[in-house]
Amino acid sequence: MSFTLYDKLWNLHEVSRREDGTYLLYIDRHLIHEVTSPQAFEGLKLAGRKPWRISANIATPDHNVPTTDRDKGIAGINDEVSKLQVVTLDDNCKEHEILQFDIHDKRQGIVHVVGPEQGLTLPGMTIVCGDSHTSTHGALATLSMGIGTSEVEHVLATQCLKISKLKNMRVNISGELQENVTPKDVTLAVIGRIGTAGGTGYAIEYTGSVIENMSIEGRMTVCNMAIEAGARAGLVAYDQVTEAYIKDRPFTPTGDQWLVAKEQWQDLVSDSEAQFDKEIEIDGSVIAPQVTWGTSPEMVSDIDGVIPEPNSESIRHALSYMNLEPGKKIKDIKLDQIFIGSCTNSRIEDLREAAKVLEGKKVSESIKRAIVVPGSGLVSQQAIDEGLDKIFIDSGFEWRAPGCSMCLAMNPDQLGDGEHCASTSNRNFEGRQGYGGRTHLVSPITAAASAVEGHFVDVREYLS
Amino acid sequence: MKNTSTYHKGLAVPLNRDNIDTDQIIPKQFLKSIKKSGFGPNLFDAWRYEDEGFPGQDISNRKINKEFILNQEKFTNSDILISKKNFGCGSSREHAVWSLMDFGFKVVIAESFADIFYNNCFNNGLLPIVISEHEILTLLDLSEERKEIEIDLHNQIIFVEENEIAHFEIDPFRKKCILEGLDEIGLSLTHSSEIKEFERKHYLKSPWIFNKESN
Ligand code: SF4
Repeated sequence: MSFTLYDKLWNLHEVSRREDGTYLLYIDRHLIHEVTSPQAFEGLKLAGRKPWRISANIATPDHNVPTTDRDKGIAGINDEVSKLQVVTLDDNCKEHEILQFDIHDKRQGIVHVVGPEQGLTLPGMTIVCGDSHTSTHGALATLSMGIGTSEVEHVLATQCLKISKLKNMRVNISGELQENVTPKDVTLAVIGRIGTAGGTGYAIEYTGSVIENMSIEGRMTVCNMAIEAGARAGLVAYDQVTEAYIKDRPFTPTGDQWLVAKEQWQDLVSDSEAQFDKEIEIDGSVIAPQVTWGTSPEMVSDIDGVIPEPNSESIRHALSYMNLEPGKKIKDIKLDQIFIGSCTNSRIEDLREAAKVLEGKKVSESIKRAIVVPGSGLVSQQAIDEGLDKIFIDSGFEWRAPGCSMCLAMNPDQLGDGEHCASTSNRNFEGRQGYGGRTHLVSPITAAASAVEGHFVDVREYLS
Repeated sequence: MKNTSTYHKGLAVPLNRDNIDTDQIIPKQFLKSIKKSGFGPNLFDAWRYEDEGFPGQDISNRKINKEFILNQEKFTNSDILISKKNFGCGSSREHAVWSLMDFGFKVVIAESFADIFYNNCFNNGLLPIVISEHEILTLLDLSEERKEIEIDLHNQIIFVEENEIAHFEIDPFRKKCILEGLDEIGLSLTHSSEIKEFERKHYLKSPWIFNKESN
């Protein structure tokens, strides 16, 4: 029998088949944040149930935390409703003795940055979180999926997810990327190709030379947006790059356990004969830097493209919301704000690359605000140690404390009505970054270069 | 002539668009609540009102966007929502389902749903129905004409004025859950001994998964 990576991860965790034909899949790691967990803890309490295995759970507040005044801790959250949510997470973690990297902890950050960084995300694991971008962790050969709050409660109570099997899709990206074309451009190009519903019902395994030559952080960027392609899970096979990344992280096994684990992890690859239900081939060498122009991630264009004709109700509506005319060049879109951050692009490599572009340059006068929000306290510290914060600040960026920030603007970091933003986040939905805000998803270097020019630029020419 | 058992009968509102995401269904500022109820007034908030909404505000003073279909007088009293492809995509927020239900929707009919949203529906008793593009177009027209739509969940058929409009597929167990409201967690816990046995073997094989403290 030949198996895909997804099949293998599934087989390692299948507990039993319920009478309804769905399966109970054992969950190794459950990540928790403040927005999608309170109702689950309450449900548990109302039913008189207890968490099944405390050590599986790790929590951190990320969505609501402010990116300024962090020395004040919870008192620094001005919005009472947000504060209550963060306090509720604290209370629930204390009550159940769940390990939390709280608002004061150096390790606090966006849950999908924190997991891999701490070695809480280990190859071969099943990982869930009440957050759709849990797909990120698949970059480390894990089966990782976003779940709803009822499912959070179910996982807390049973240590299992009730689920049907997904189908297997392989997206093979061959060849070599052009210089300054990044993992973000790859993942946006895939979405542009298959659409935001293209992966519905599938787990997508990303393969090919482009992925093999990518760092783990880059693979995380790609898997992060598997959900924007409709897939609940994104996956990349285990290899030497994975091993090197995992080694010596705080929760990574050591000694004999490390040796046994490494041995087991070798098998976390799709067998050469494995069958996929759907296969997509993409030539990596023709991928250009990508920019979204609409209100769905599939509304994406090459940097040298133009705004399309509105040939559907969805596009008509999107162009009116974005205030863009068909035929307008992407490069001519003027920008008001720049956001570098989010679980897609807030890791140290993202910050290094953006800083390299900004070194010795200034953000254009026409940009009202440019902010950079590291993904975690440790990313922030590392960047400060490398002097990156200085480069950002000297160029005119605001250097902020870690969290989701303007990715979904639940905290005070928001776009103004009608403002165009070059954002390294993952969703350009209406109002996502603030009421009436107009989001364009791009890579960190495109965001940085465009900040300097005040409009989108082709980083292939700009940085050559 | 039909011989049915009606699960639900009601008027529908047509939301003729693809890729309705959960950020639209319930904008993020309302996710700050730690409850499951009270989201109805802010369903589709950015489309329903002309101003920006925030949690806890008195909605009676807000300016209504009369253009938006949910606000059109013609479509008041609708409790079925009809949309197109990939409904409920984006964020996993279950608040989207809570807000649709809190508003009064009982059924959502679409060409396709995003996976997480689809699961969330069943976990709360909101019935999601998938039918073909051309059947959706028929229903969109009929809802414009304010025809009552009848859902026979038992036989998995949608009727309008006793005419069969569409047959739909639904997992038999999920159907049972919707009809009887089963306790999913309770049901899974009947497998406790299997879970424990699995856990024991899993531990022997890969003990590092169970490591507690930071090394
Ligand atoms: S950074 Fe954005 S996408 Fe990622 S978890 Fe936070 S809100 Fe969600």
